[in-house]
Amino acid sequence: MRDAVEPVQRQRTRFVAAIAPILAPLRDPFAATGVTIYIVFVLIAIFALSLVSHDPLEILFNDDGRLVAGEGPSRQHLLGTTTLGRDIFSQLVIGTRAALYVGLTAAVVVALIGTVVGLVSGYFGGWPDAVLMRLADVALGIPFLPFVILMAGFRGPRTSNIILGIALLLWPNTARVIRAQVLSVRERAFVEAARVTGASTWRILFVHVAPNILPLSFLYGSIAVGWAILTEASIAFLGFGPSNQVSWGSMLQDAYASQALSRGDYHWFVPPGLCIVLVVVAGFFVSRGYETILFPKLKD
Amino acid sequence: MLSLLSRFLQMLFVLWVVATILFFLFRLMPGDPTVAYIDTNFNEEQVRQLKKSFGLDQPLHVQYVLYLGNLAVGEFGNSFHQKQPVLKILLSVLPNTIILTLSSLIIAYAFGSLAGAWLAWRRGTWIEGVMIPLVLTLRAAPEFWLGMVLLSIFGFQLGWFPSGGANSAGALYTSEWQRITSADFLRHLVLPAATLALYLQGLPLLLMRSNMLDVMSEDFITMARMKGLSTRAIVLRHAARNALLPVATAFALGFGASIGGNVVIETVFSWPGLGRLLVSAVAASDYPIAQGAFFIISVVLVVMNFVADLLYSALDPRVSHARRG
Repeated sequence: MRDAVEPVQRQRTRFVAAIAPILAPLRDPFAATGVTIYIVFVLIAIFALSLVSHDPLEILFNDDGRLVAGEGPSRQHLLGTTTLGRDIFSQLVIGTRAALYVGLTAAVVVALIGTVVGLVSGYFGGWPDAVLMRLADVALGIPFLPFVILMAGFRGPRTSNIILGIALLLWPNTARVIRAQVLSVRERAFVEAARVTGASTWRILFVHVAPNILPLSFLYGSIAVGWAILTEASIAFLGFGPSNQVSWGSMLQDAYASQALSRGDYHWFVPPGLCIVLVVVAGFFVSRGYETILFPKLKD
Repeated sequence: MLSLLSRFLQMLFVLWVVATILFFLFRLMPGDPTVAYIDTNFNEEQVRQLKKSFGLDQPLHVQYVLYLGNLAVGEFGNSFHQKQPVLKILLSVLPNTIILTLSSLIIAYAFGSLAGAWLAWRRGTWIEGVMIPLVLTLRAAPEFWLGMVLLSIFGFQLGWFPSGGANSAGALYTSEWQRITSADFLRHLVLPAATLALYLQGLPLLLMRSNMLDVMSEDFITMARMKGLSTRAIVLRHAARNALLPVATAFALGFGASIGGNVVIETVFSWPGLGRLLVSAVAASDYPIAQGAFFIISVVLVVMNFVADLLYSALDPRVSHARRG
């Protein structure tokens, strides 16, 4: 009789149980700050088109037909204009989209690959473990930024190639940590109990083991967001980013190539860097929140 | 001894896979690699001759074997644009990259481990509350942007340091040693090395701090306290020594990673090193140079990973026994 209602309830409690450890770290003040920063930037990215004062790529002219080039901050152009007469503030706002897109997409892919590899490797052991861990060794033996440069430089300057390059090399750290965690989780009583009751291997893996390592995936995912954003900015700065897209990295490249440094145009090249710092530091703060919950020993 | 050998073989295996990936990455590149060489008035026979001279008329597996053999003896071919042996070009910029990397790492790790130990000692004070977020923020800053800001302030506005390059134009030196020990070179080195050091100091600092906190709670420290040793003696002689072990490992890993990560810093400061060479080669489709630079960076990275692994088990005897549960 009771069986008829129980599955739904059980599923709900299981869902809550899986979600709780992911939300718990947000009580940490660092993590809360990080999440707040994220929310602000996500809102900016969503409403970017209503926040910009000009088309970020449009070359602007005065009423008398003069190019509005290299101007300092003013009411009309909050952060001034580039040497080509483009509005810097508008570029900064639109650049949020590129950063968040690359950061979040790459982080999800990295955390996903890392988690699945770690689960399979740790739970099955044997040859799948050996093969996957050697693959991790190889990925760690490839220089990260140079590899992404090759991907973007030779496969074409597209965002997808940058994300692919990041994903191909960044998963091993996550996979190794999760594998170690799985090694200890699989020896616990509840996994043994599931095995005795005849649950299938995949069921044990994804229903019983996976929820216990989910906070770790989130921890490494939140670190990967920062890495991905820094990498995208570096690639764009080196000139291998998509040319039709404004990002913080491409703004910095533009400023560097236009001698903004020698003129001391701080209003041009300081804001994009500060934005990168804020988003990346937000990721660090969130991951610190997870660390203090996951490894209470570190908490001091 | 056996584990050392197996670690070494594993390193060779990783290098071989990296070389293989590199081979296919460049072979599957769009466009014909000989385009840079072919003159518009070449006839078909000349084109065929040219491909033959590069071994491009051979089947792929023969090319692969030739390629591996060449890599093993450091034969990277000739640059498309500079028409010089790649190895010669690589070796001419290698000292610049190594000096930049080493000097910034040494500054970063000396400062980081001292500051980390100090922060562990002052834990719970306002200093910690200010320093930790500050360190995290510096680590989050893109290195090239830090470099741009420092370059603009100290290079252009204040004029304290040169704005780029490794030596002033026109300076002549009788030997490489004389060049890298000249005051001119060191003046050029300050800004890029300082930028890198600012970026790199966070890892040793945080690592040292958490190691110190760990070590300070261990029995032998309690023992030292009971012996009545001063806090200074305990922190310096007992705790710091043990907490330094993982930092030494991180230094080796950091060296491997920085060689490749320096790419952007070298570009900002026009520092003639491996990274800048790689970037300009990729931009100009100079495949042999790009391939050679990438391979050298990989070799340094893999070898340093291996060294870090050795250091880890050599410095801490507990590791080799406690490894793998």
